[in-house]
This record gives sequence, structure tokens and C-alpha cells, in this order.
Amino acid sequence: MKRTVFPNRWLPYLLVLPQLAVTIVFFFWPAAKSLYLSVFKSPPFGGRDVFVGLDNFTALLRDREYYESVLNSFVFALGVTGLSVVGGLVIAVLANQKIRGLAFYRTALLWPYGIAPAVAGIIFLFIFHPAYGILPYFLSFVTAYEFNWLLKGWVAMTLVILATSWTHLGYNIAFFLAGLQAIPASVMEAASVDGAPPLKKFTAITVPLISPVTFYLVVVNMVFAFFSSFGVIHAVTHGGPGNATEIMVFKLWKDGFIGLNLGSSAAQSVILMAVVIGLTMLQFRVAEKRVTY
Amino acid sequence: MSDARTTTTTVIDGGAVAVRPRPTVTVLQAETERPRRRVDWNTILVHAALIVAVALVAFPLYYAFVISTQALDEVIQKPPRLLPSAYALENYVEAWRRSGMARLLLNSAVVAVGVAVGKIAISMLSAFAIVYFRFRGASVVFWLIFLTLMLPIPVRILPTYEVVGNIGWLDTYAGLTVPLMASATATFLFRQFYMTVPNELAEAAQMDGAGPLRFLWSFLLPLSWANIAALFVVLFIYGWNEYFWPLLITNTEEMRTVVIGLERLIPRSGTELPTWNLIMAGAMMALVPPVAVILFMQRWFVKGLIESEK
Repeated sequence: MKRTVFPNRWLPYLLVLPQLAVTIVFFFWPAAKSLYLSVFKSPPFGGRDVFVGLDNFTALLRDREYYESVLNSFVFALGVTGLSVVGGLVIAVLANQKIRGLAFYRTALLWPYGIAPAVAGIIFLFIFHPAYGILPYFLSFVTAYEFNWLLKGWVAMTLVILATSWTHLGYNIAFFLAGLQAIPASVMEAASVDGAPPLKKFTAITVPLISPVTFYLVVVNMVFAFFSSFGVIHAVTHGGPGNATEIMVFKLWKDGFIGLNLGSSAAQSVILMAVVIGLTMLQFRVAEKRVTY
Repeated sequence: MSDARTTTTTVIDGGAVAVRPRPTVTVLQAETERPRRRVDWNTILVHAALIVAVALVAFPLYYAFVISTQALDEVIQKPPRLLPSAYALENYVEAWRRSGMARLLLNSAVVAVGVAVGKIAISMLSAFAIVYFRFRGASVVFWLIFLTLMLPIPVRILPTYEVVGNIGWLDTYAGLTVPLMASATATFLFRQFYMTVPNELAEAAQMDGAGPLRFLWSFLLPLSWANIAALFVVLFIYGWNEYFWPLLITNTEEMRTVVIGLERLIPRSGTELPTWNLIMAGAMMALVPPVAVILFMQRWFVKGLIESEK
């Protein structure tokens, strides 16, 4: 707490007003309205809302397509998180070997973070292009299997996972490097003096000491993959082929804005709200324990 | 151990120069085979692995660039040509014209700068109120701001769209920016920073007869530039690359941002010939501004990423 406090009755309220206004008008009011809509059936073209209790939710639980979107979200989020966190850790450990050029390597690996996942998706779309793309071309020498993302769901999923991971890898590298530099050099040197081989040092010292950062990044990457990945799906696959890449956020948009099923879309919003609240709480739990090495 | 070869000078990002001992493993080996100059295979392997990583990360961009410089018959030839061709200018001009790129880039710039400046300004003000005033409801305000972290766009998308529609902000810059301006992370960052500012500064300012706004403007603001720059870069990238919100809120060509506009270059029907060289030229134009911001403001960017996410 500050000792110096400005004595002013109304000024603090004026100062928080802009933030509070945005928060209430565009965050809390709409969130409350989402909760409200989720228990009503609203005719899309006007008319009175009808209270339906939990019908919107039970309808979702009976909807196979919804289960698929949940599964797709997890596959996508775990794929992106796994690739970019593990890849980020390995690269950060390599770059942190007290070699020259750390700043260069960090820059050379960080810049894709500036690329929107949707734009990255468009680039990967061409890399994966069934007729002209370079990846199917080279794979065709190895196998006769047709890597056509327009036909095969898992190829499309791989495409969006790779594109998203590409933009997010540098973020994780930056965090791991910051975390690694907080590990006291004396710890690593002690291990070296004891004759620990590099791989042993990595698994026995680096991984445990960096685990708070890892956990934090896992949560942040999951949140990112769950909630900020509408763009890559919309720009690249539109959820297809079939529903193979239809993640929860995309289905919510499709049902609400294309299908005009407001009640179902709101119920999906509420379920996602529960997911993000859970993940955020987890993140702050970890954040409290973060500085404990 | 004390000769010049056992220490190395590492320039850490930011210009600080630290003299560090070589990795101890090397030193131990060096003692056993001292007289000969050795090739340090360990270091070479690490560099090799990192260069492979850098090349892998750079490849998609290189490929996009190469395609953007080729004529369409080069784009579809087999085996794929991996070298730039001579059609760069033509392709970029055509992609610029066909997508209305000038307007798209202008809109993206307005949104990115608007969101970044707006978030920073309102977050500074509320952090200032929370730290330097004692007022009823301060903790409620703090919690309300905190809770916005748990309300990303998808969980309130339909009603937020409705609210913006009712205000009459569909298809306007206000609609594109204002609803994104609340920021818990920026508020926390400024709050954290103000807490570290010595009390004596505010006391001295009060003694000189400076009111709170004068103090904020003439004392705190000049001290905050590093934080502002760091946040600005991170928020600029966020604003530039936002997809969901601009897609919903705009429905005319004139108000689209570049990330949305690009998608329209991709033909969805089978009747058009997909002009991948133009699409890639468009992608390059959409990604160069934010990537340039990261490269030129790298120090601030890393600081902003790490500190604003705590």
C-alpha cells in the first residue's frame, strides 16, 4: 500500500470510469446476457423469448456434432500445446548453452509470433496444397498415400496445428529463455563438476527447475488454442472436411451467426466460460507458486 | 584456468556485457588435453541444431515469398521451383489492386494503434486510481477488471455483437476498437510498476503543490515509457492479428482489416483459377508490418510479453 494518497473524493471514480464502462458494457452485460440466453429459446427473427430451462444444454449433450467439436478442440489444443511447448523448451535449452549468438537465435525464432494464425494458415494451405504444394510433392516419393487435406480430416487437422504452432513457438521460447536464465549458473556448474552428461543435466535439473514455467505455458497455450484459434479455422478449413476441424469456437459461431440458433450458441458460450474459468484459476494457482526455486 | 581462452564475452540482449566462464565441461576437458587446440564439437553441434531450427522456422515464409514472385505457370510446375522469379513487382501490384490493400492496411493500422493506445491509456488511469487513491469500491473495481480475463470474446460473442449494433457501431472504427480496450493485464502491469515508485516522489510532488493529474502527467508518465513501449508492441500485434471480432463487426469492403480481407482472395468455388502467387503476395503484405514491429522493437516486445503475462 502506498503511504502517499491523494485526497480526492471524486477523481478516482472519474479515472476508473473509462475502463469500467468498457468492462461493464462490453464484458459483463454481454456475459450475463449469454447466461440468460442459454436458458431461453429465442426466435431468430424477433418475438418473445421462451424459457426452456436447461433444454439448450441437454440438446447439446445429445448432439453428436457437439461431441466432435469438443474432441476436435482437445486434439487441436493438445497438438498445438505439445508441439510448441516441447519444441520451445528444446530450442530454448539449446540456445541457452552459453554460446555466442543467443540474441540472434532468439530473434530468428521469435518473429513468426507477429504473423496472424489465419495468415500462417493460408501459407500452410499452399504448402499442403494437394496438387501444387511442396509437402505432398515430396511425400509422394515416399508413399502412395494421398495427403489431401480436402479429403482427409487428419491431414487438415495437422495443417492447422502446424500453422498455429509455427506462430506460437517463439512465444514459448522467449518465456523458457527468461526462465532458464533465472536458474542459478552455480547449479548447472555443480552438476557439470559432478560429471553429469548433458542429457542427464537436462532431465534431472533443467526440467524440474523450469517446471513452473512449463506448466504456466501449457495453460496459456491451451487457452490460446481454445479461444483464439477461430481465425485459422475460418480462413483455412471452415471446419472441414466434414466436421474434422470444427473446434468449439467455430461451431459456436456457426450455430449462432449462420444457423441463428441463439439459445444453443449461448449455451455453448456458457460451457466455454466454464472452461476458461477453470483454466484461469489453474493458471493463478500456479502463478502463486511460481517463484519457488 | 586464468588464460584468455577460458573466458568468453557474451553480449546479452540490451547491450549489457557479461564476462562468463566457459561451460565447465569444456574447461575440465581443456585441462586434460591442454596443449592442443581442440575443435569444440559440443558447441558446433548446438549451433548446427539451432541453425536447423532457424531454417525450419524460416522456411514457410521463404516459400511464401518465393511463390509471391513467380508467374502462375511457375507456381504450378513440377518439381516445385524454390527460387524467386522475376514477377514480384507485377504480382504485388496486382494483389494490392485486387484486394484493395491500401484500405485494408489503413484499417488494420487504425485498429492496431487504436486498441494499443486505448488499452494503455485506460489501464494507466485505472491503475493510477487504484494505487494513489483510497476510495470506496476500489477492490470491487479491481476484481471487475480481473474478471475480464475470464471473459474472452467467444463466451459473450452474440450479446456483444448485439450491444455494438444497438449503439450503432457496426462497421465503424469505434466498433472495431472500443470493445477490445479493457485490459486486465495492462492494468496489473501499471499497478505493479506504480507500487515500485518510491513514495517520496509523490510526497515531493505534493509538497511542490502538484495535484494528482499533474503528478501523473509530469512524474509518472515519463517514468513509464519503458512499460508503455513494451505493452504497445504486444498490443499492436494483438490488434493487428485479431480475426474473430473484425469479421463479425464489419460487413463492407471499406471497413475490413487485412487479416480478414486476405481470406477473400482465396477462391472457394472451383470455377476460378486459384492465383496462389497473388494470395502469397497478399499474405506477405499482411504479415510484414507486425513482423517488422517485432524485429525493430524486439527488446520491448520480449519485455512486454514476459511482464504483462505475469
